[in-house]
Amino acid sequence: MNFFQIIDQLAAVDPDVLDRFDSRRSVFNSLGSVAKRSALAATPLFLGALFQKAYAGTKSTPVEVLNYALTLELLEADYYRLFLAAGTIPAGAATAAITQIKKHEDAHVALLTGAIRSAGGTPVTGSSTAGVRFKPSAFPSTYAGQLQVAQLLEDAGVRAYKGRAGELIGTTLLTTALQIHSVEARHAAHIRTMRGQLPWVNPADDLASNAIYTSGVTATPSTTVTTAGGSYGIPAYTAASPTENNTVQSNVPLTSGLGATYTAADAAAAFDEYLQAAEVVDASRAGGLLA
Amino acid sequence: MSDNLQPRGSDDAAFAQPLYTPIKRRSFFMYAGATAGATALVLAGCSKDNDNNPVSNGISLGSGDVGVLNYAYALEQLEAAFYAQVVKTPASDFQTGELAYFTQVAAHEAIHRDFFKAAINRDAPGKILQDLTPNFTSIDFTKRASVLGAAKTFEDLGVAAYNGAGILLKNAAYLVIAGQIVSVEARHAAYVRDLLTPGSFADDNQVDANGLDKQMMPTDVITAAQGFITQKLDASSVGK
Repeated sequence: MNFFQIIDQLAAVDPDVLDRFDSRRSVFNSLGSVAKRSALAATPLFLGALFQKAYAGTKSTPVEVLNYALTLELLEADYYRLFLAAGTIPAGAATAAITQIKKHEDAHVALLTGAIRSAGGTPVTGSSTAGVRFKPSAFPSTYAGQLQVAQLLEDAGVRAYKGRAGELIGTTLLTTALQIHSVEARHAAHIRTMRGQLPWVNPADDLASNAIYTSGVTATPSTTVTTAGGSYGIPAYTAASPTENNTVQSNVPLTSGLGATYTAADAAAAFDEYLQAAEVVDASRAGGLLA
Repeated sequence: MSDNLQPRGSDDAAFAQPLYTPIKRRSFFMYAGATAGATALVLAGCSKDNDNNPVSNGISLGSGDVGVLNYAYALEQLEAAFYAQVVKTPASDFQTGELAYFTQVAAHEAIHRDFFKAAINRDAPGKILQDLTPNFTSIDFTKRASVLGAAKTFEDLGVAAYNGAGILLKNAAYLVIAGQIVSVEARHAAYVRDLLTPGSFADDNQVDANGLDKQMMPTDVITAAQGFITQKLDASSVGK
């Protein structure tokens, strides 16, 4: 990665880019020597933080992020309502598990709705017949198919929360979002084992090729999505998120760069990946399941 | 995956190594426990000698984001060492498939540990936490129930630790990395909970009425983990 080439390219399309780095401009001025520049370029995490700061002004408000999360929770809650009503789930452990998961999704809806109101915002809404809800025509007819969609929804949720955590950095809302995020991961793990899959995302998954585990959509600018139940912000999309079979984290190759040898499957499974909002709401993923 | 499964009795073969030959496993752990107790007594006796030194709260994990990374590194060292031992000396009553699962979990945790080591050495040269020495004398690795109970403790604690530490991070790139790891820990936690008690992956003891998982701050997590770590750790400046 040529760090300074990237800065130059950014400056070409965005003449204010150096000003966006605000006080950090002096940092660049002081980086006269090639040696210092090289040292900086070798620090990708610092680089990531710099861009985060530089474009902080373009991020969504916390209410927009929460409405996005609420949209996904409404979708999940409505899906489990349909799932339980379908009459396909075996009595006993399976019904108990899906009932417990639906209870959590309903609680997430209530919690996020309250948090958005507390912040002075207007929460998106949904019910079985209006607003944000699961598309009835996309509901599978078999128990196996229904469990499959449940897995996709949960794993997508896990990726989606990660994709916007950075916009809540330093706030107590971040902690709440993380506490929801890990519950979604627990759900995903359980549904995966109900399907005879490993609890963690891995290249041998029967659904590994599904769009939920890949990434990418057509590039889009920052938008506000308005649905029957309200609106939520989607940050601009310019580059694809990593796919779930990624084995390089923070420029560290996990299979070969850690002093021990690890398999690509273990390296991919050890880290879940984020998914940006534009990718999540794309028709190939959660967007295709919204009524 | 099934080739990870070892036939019954293979753990006996592992113990046929010279070091273990003189004592059977059960008695080994009795000795280990007694030794740890004796060591604790000796150390307790020593502590008086150190009273003249400035008050030490233990090895500092550091401050700011590096402190958070070292804190995560400490927990990953602990988990990685635990699962390495689980795989090395599998419980005799593990059920079919369990050793294969733990072999994969052991790899995930070793990758987390080694990743933090690489990232901290790259981003904060000279500030990395030392290698820790685990103290697993309270765990009976020969018993499935003991191993699963300890695994549940470590995984649920890890999830709560990452959930609580997010707000301490200033660097969004580190936050994303932490998020990428915590959901894998939550998957481990759900799985091991289901092995212990089917259907307990996210039961009401772990997830509250608002549908929220637990979160804990570093000093509380280290207090909970300290019994499994030989060195005394000080998390008081993590993230500050």
